[in-house]
Amino acid sequence: MTGARRRLLPYLLVLPGGLWLVVFFLLPAVQLGATSLYDPAGSLTDGYEMTWAFGNYPDAVRTYWVHFVRSFWYAGLATALALVLGYPLAYVIALRAGRWQNLLLVCVVAPMFTSFLVRTLAWKAILADTGPVVGLLREVHLLAPDGRLLASPVAVVTSITYNYLPFMVLPIYASLQRLDRRLLEAARDLNARPVQVFRTVTFPLSMPGVVAGTLLTIIPAAGDYISAELLGTPREYMIGNVIDAAFLVRLDYPQGAALSVVLLLVILALTIGYLRRVGVEEVG
Amino acid sequence: MGYRIRRWIADHWVLAVAALVLGYLLLPVVVVAGLSFNRPSSRLTYDFHEFTLDNWRNPCAAPGMCEAVWRSVQIGFLTTVISTVLGTLLAFALVRHGFRGRTAVNLLVLAPMATPEVVLGTSLLALLVAARVPLGFWTVVIAHVMFCISFVVMTVRARLSGMDPRLEEAALDLYASEWQAFLRVTLPLALPGIVAAALLAFSLSFDDFVVTNFTSGTTVTFPMYVWGANQRGIPPQVNVIGTAMFVVSLLLMLGTALRRRRPGRRAGRAGGPRPVRLRAAAPAPAPVSRSGRGHHGG
Amino acid sequence: MEGAQPGARLRLVELTKRFGGVTAVDRLDLTVPAGTFFALLGPSGCGKTTTLRMVAGLEEPTAGRILLDEEEITRLRPYRRPVNTVFQSYALFPHLDVFENVAFGLRRRGVRDVTGQVRAMLSLVQLDGYERRRPAQLSGGQQQRVALARALVNRPRVLLLDEPLGALDLTLRRRMQVELKRIQTEVGITFVHVTHDQEEAMTLADTVAVMNNGRIEQLGTPAELYEFPATAFVATFLGRSNLLSGTVVGRAGEDVLVEAYGERFSVPVVRARSTAGAVLLGVRPEKLRLVATADEVPAGHQAVAGIVTDAAYLGTSTQYLLRTGWGGELSVFAAADGETRPVPVGQAVVAHWHPRYAFLLPAGTSGDGSAAPVEAADAVPANGAGPR
Repeated sequence: MTGARRRLLPYLLVLPGGLWLVVFFLLPAVQLGATSLYDPAGSLTDGYEMTWAFGNYPDAVRTYWVHFVRSFWYAGLATALALVLGYPLAYVIALRAGRWQNLLLVCVVAPMFTSFLVRTLAWKAILADTGPVVGLLREVHLLAPDGRLLASPVAVVTSITYNYLPFMVLPIYASLQRLDRRLLEAARDLNARPVQVFRTVTFPLSMPGVVAGTLLTIIPAAGDYISAELLGTPREYMIGNVIDAAFLVRLDYPQGAALSVVLLLVILALTIGYLRRVGVEEVG
Repeated sequence: MGYRIRRWIADHWVLAVAALVLGYLLLPVVVVAGLSFNRPSSRLTYDFHEFTLDNWRNPCAAPGMCEAVWRSVQIGFLTTVISTVLGTLLAFALVRHGFRGRTAVNLLVLAPMATPEVVLGTSLLALLVAARVPLGFWTVVIAHVMFCISFVVMTVRARLSGMDPRLEEAALDLYASEWQAFLRVTLPLALPGIVAAALLAFSLSFDDFVVTNFTSGTTVTFPMYVWGANQRGIPPQVNVIGTAMFVVSLLLMLGTALRRRRPGRRAGRAGGPRPVRLRAAAPAPAPVSRSGRGHHGG
Repeated sequence: MEGAQPGARLRLVELTKRFGGVTAVDRLDLTVPAGTFFALLGPSGCGKTTTLRMVAGLEEPTAGRILLDEEEITRLRPYRRPVNTVFQSYALFPHLDVFENVAFGLRRRGVRDVTGQVRAMLSLVQLDGYERRRPAQLSGGQQQRVALARALVNRPRVLLLDEPLGALDLTLRRRMQVELKRIQTEVGITFVHVTHDQEEAMTLADTVAVMNNGRIEQLGTPAELYEFPATAFVATFLGRSNLLSGTVVGRAGEDVLVEAYGERFSVPVVRARSTAGAVLLGVRPEKLRLVATADEVPAGHQAVAGIVTDAAYLGTSTQYLLRTGWGGELSVFAAADGETRPVPVGQAVVAHWHPRYAFLLPAGTSGDGSAAPVEAADAVPANGAGPR
């Protein structure tokens, strides 16, 4: 191979994939921005006129701010739950499981082996009015005699937590698994009780995993709308439902685009703020 | 005596919680399998009623479902081929070569994974509409390839960077030309990563909903079928498909795990402890499904 | 290997390699005679591996030429050079078994029937019967031998070895050193062995080049390098040396007169690398003998008085540290010959040497520019080896 051809090689390798991403990822991003500034008075049939309608943004946010708040509220709740539930599981798998580690890991990712929608629908059966869960909760008076779990925020958050739980467990597991056990031994040698060992050594060292897990959970959860649609009512709709309706039902492209852009910017701002707060070096 | 009990609880409560969480994770899977044997009392209810093998005997009894599954398979196959090729080429360029604009390419590849699926889908829809491209089968393929490339690159890249670059030098030293070195050393060693990436791409494509929903027009894939069925009445056969997906994925995962246990099948390292391969993306060889994409979907 | 000389003569002419602003190899001139075992010795980062890679064709030189038996190979791709490499990490192909690994080079060159040659080579490295094993199933020493066989089977004119024994434990390393020497003698190929282990270089090589900062400080047989180093770097990298800084103050017949720390010393002119200006007077610790008073110093010997500040018993020898009158430190290795009595710490002694063992070096020629006796005498050679 001649020297010239060797120098060209990387560019040739990058070209097909890179071009695809530029045309079908970057360009659409630009178009989305443009669409968000179209004259809202236009339509799909008549066409849109670019009028730099920055007013679309405050309009969209004013109309749907509730959904934005609800999205991040549900996503935040789901993330917190995922952390509380997922950390012990990751801990056990990384530090207590021994030979069973691989089997347990398979169990953690097993839900992802079936269809997202089908397993979300399974919650419809689990939380059904005639099902065991509702029955039990009514029995112990945690639920009113005619109370429901379906078509409520509880069902939606439960489902969101469920679907993104592996994304919390796996990074924390990876972080804990890299832990040098001898550090724990050293802590115990220095008179730390188990709780203290956890608080002062284990948890801080698992922070990169916690940070990664948190981000990997909250970002997709905020944009998720499948759980809300399948298990909730319009009272539980998240911003994703709104955007879906804007584009596919109301055909209001400028508004939908504006909402999408706002979602993206909020998530970006959240991520940057969060990373800066925990220190970027922490991210594993 | 009370002390012993308290000690036992203190030592084991974490295990108990973990077990409960594990149950939480596995319950819906079991329910899906159970529902596949269920004859619901009516089209609109979705709870256990009666055991039946009918769903498994006539999985295509649900109108339009098998067509949707087949469509998903076709799209998945095309997406896999295209994105695996494009992504593998990119991965090689990023790992083995230094070139101007490398950071930019890295960011470009990373960006789709960091973008919410809603934004990916709507932006592509906006572009397609503005360009007056009719929505359908091919626009879905285009969209799927777009977000799968990133995952293919990550997977192949992980495999490649674990590979000793000295191996290619050794091949050159032993009279192999660059092309022969690639063919006889690099490719065989990278192959497991490429296969894993292909399986990942297929599963991501097959199970994608959000991006597909925006870019498919009237074409129906399996996830979209389920979504639509939510209004019309969910046929129990969807659980047959769900269970089948689970079994196939599980078998594939076991298959690759068993193949790994054969001695000497390690890339770039002589022996050493078996790595517990874990990345937030997916366990390498198993087809994994989520709401369309990995980290930042939904 | 019968027939004409199987090994080639390797010549490097003004070979230079720059990485950005850093010069890794600086106008290297070197000739390796055909069929010899040559060692390129130096600390990490001195450029020896870069040099090797340029000869292999895995790095492109910035300037200079590489000649094999006067044929220029400077710009040739690695697969066009009759040169093979044994890599530091062995670089065995994990997806091929031992047989295919060894046969790799032969197959790429289109050789049809490789079985005979592969078997013969595996015999040579004493790995008969290992054909179907995978690299992952072999120990470090076995992998190293496969790497060697894989390179040798192609009958290269020059074999390059990049610290091939670095990953082996001491006993195995010693055994492999003997093996390498045996094979080289049997096969007659030119071996170029890169290492930071001075003991290894001295054991194996017919000729050694000491490299530092991209340059060759000295080239010669191990004995030449050890007994008469050319620079302070060589004096301290190979074994240990006591270096006293002084100035040449005159000549007396066959001797050079040096004044150091207020005392006068003389060094035969044949042992002087420099005969004027600032110099370093060097004596190896094992060449120093201890006596109680200056009267007991034999005629013609040079001496320095001091007080013993440390005595380390090592079995084969006792290593003393002396504090001299001017506050410097001398290292003395007293061999355990069964007759000399150990000297207690705190005792005043006189250390003496025969002038023919001293050497005179130009000052400021150690790699770190240090000419102070304390630092030089304390400099530990890269492999931490003890006295010779």
